[in-house]
Amino acid sequence: MIKPHTDREYENELNKLRERLLRMAGRVEQMIADSVKALVEQDVQLARRTIEADRVVDRAEVETDELCLVILAKRQPVASDLRFITLSLKMVTDLERIGDLAVNICERAIDLGQDPPLKPWVDVPRMAAIVQGMVRDAIDAFVAGDVQRAQSVVDRDQSLDDLYTRVFRDLLSTMLNDGSKVERGIHAQSVAKWLERMGDHATNLAEQVVFMVKGKDIRHVAKPDDA
Amino acid sequence: MGSPKFEVRELSAWFGGKRVLHGINLGIAAHQATAVIGPSGCGKSTFIRCLNRMHELVPSAHSEGEVRLDGVDVYERGIDPVLLRRRVGMVFQKPNPFPSMSVRENVLAGLRLTGTMPNGREGRDQHAVERALSQAALWDEVKDRLDDPGVSLSGGQQQRLCIARALAVNPDVLLMDEPCSALDPIASAKIEDLIHSLKQSYTIVVVTHSMQQAARVSDLTAFFLSGSLIEFDSTDRIFTSPKDSRTEDYITGKFG
Repeated sequence: MIKPHTDREYENELNKLRERLLRMAGRVEQMIADSVKALVEQDVQLARRTIEADRVVDRAEVETDELCLVILAKRQPVASDLRFITLSLKMVTDLERIGDLAVNICERAIDLGQDPPLKPWVDVPRMAAIVQGMVRDAIDAFVAGDVQRAQSVVDRDQSLDDLYTRVFRDLLSTMLNDGSKVERGIHAQSVAKWLERMGDHATNLAEQVVFMVKGKDIRHVAKPDDA
Repeated sequence: MGSPKFEVRELSAWFGGKRVLHGINLGIAAHQATAVIGPSGCGKSTFIRCLNRMHELVPSAHSEGEVRLDGVDVYERGIDPVLLRRRVGMVFQKPNPFPSMSVRENVLAGLRLTGTMPNGREGRDQHAVERALSQAALWDEVKDRLDDPGVSLSGGQQQRLCIARALAVNPDVLLMDEPCSALDPIASAKIEDLIHSLKQSYTIVVVTHSMQQAARVSDLTAFFLSGSLIEFDSTDRIFTSPKDSRTEDYITGKFG
């Protein structure tokens, strides 16, 4: 069904771009898991390693941008190729931002160090699992050109927002009851907020996949599936 | 879009027994540039040559269907093909100024041939020459060389001279069959720029092998394949998200 380009060099360039994005996305997904693991298990070493891994993601962003510019300049892509390249330019930005947010979580993990948590982490690991799944599915949808899967990512964002609201309320009441818990409470609230932000970026990724496949922009539309 | 300049209905064309166009239906909007793209042999040149009845000049060639220009079928009895071609001018792939004529005579050649020459009166000649060459964005470059042979100009200038010759007879429509394929990028850019300004006064149909050129100059794009019209839409649409996978494959470079 999917025909290769007659110009094989061009085909190779597009494949290279696709592979780079996949590798970058895989790294970011791992960073989400590791950052929350470092936090929950109070593993400062893992937090440091994860911060280190972000450099690779940052470099991947720059290299991917460069590759996109070269392809645009040399090939003047159109139609689905053009949508793929412009999508790639946006995807790297979202992926890189998710990586940065994971770094923020790692920094909190280091700050909190061996302090006992306010209470066992329950909703935050749950949020992390949802975000990870969203990123993975957005990328799988991108590889397979699977609009349904991309749409499911968009739909899942709401559950993440709901969890965040719950975490926020819990922490607020904890902090109101006991002033000594405010600092740790604020750290925990930040972590939840960053996971919620990651969900927004994953949603962007998924929306861009829909655009790539269908040539239809579903951003900022009340009901997305009126195609 | 308003009423179309051309309304083509069920147009088919043959060379002898070989059918090269299959029931084309297409409206060409006035004061717009319409690009016709497709691989070699897809019928795009034949299509535009049916619009001003040049197709029938080839021995054994014929066509069927309707080509309405401002509502009147150009294949109706009583339509004079020569007058038709004055209203629907054509520019070809290779610049073809008349070799024995000066720049000035080339511009006036169409007027002379169609018998609409203003009696060779010096002042009116001059006016017609200046108007046509200005519209073709050539006047400033050749105004001091009007009596030099047309073929002494550069390739790009010769092509604009041919455009001036076509414009001198005051056509409604300008058909361009690969007008830049023999030109360098700068000369091509001048022709493309010219197409933008000519739209004000004329309806333009341009056949091109260069997809990028179609994307740059046209408002609407028709994609032909094997004698059939596959897709016709705004150029923006065709080059960002065409509906037909065959269009997609062609413009993204996936053939065969």
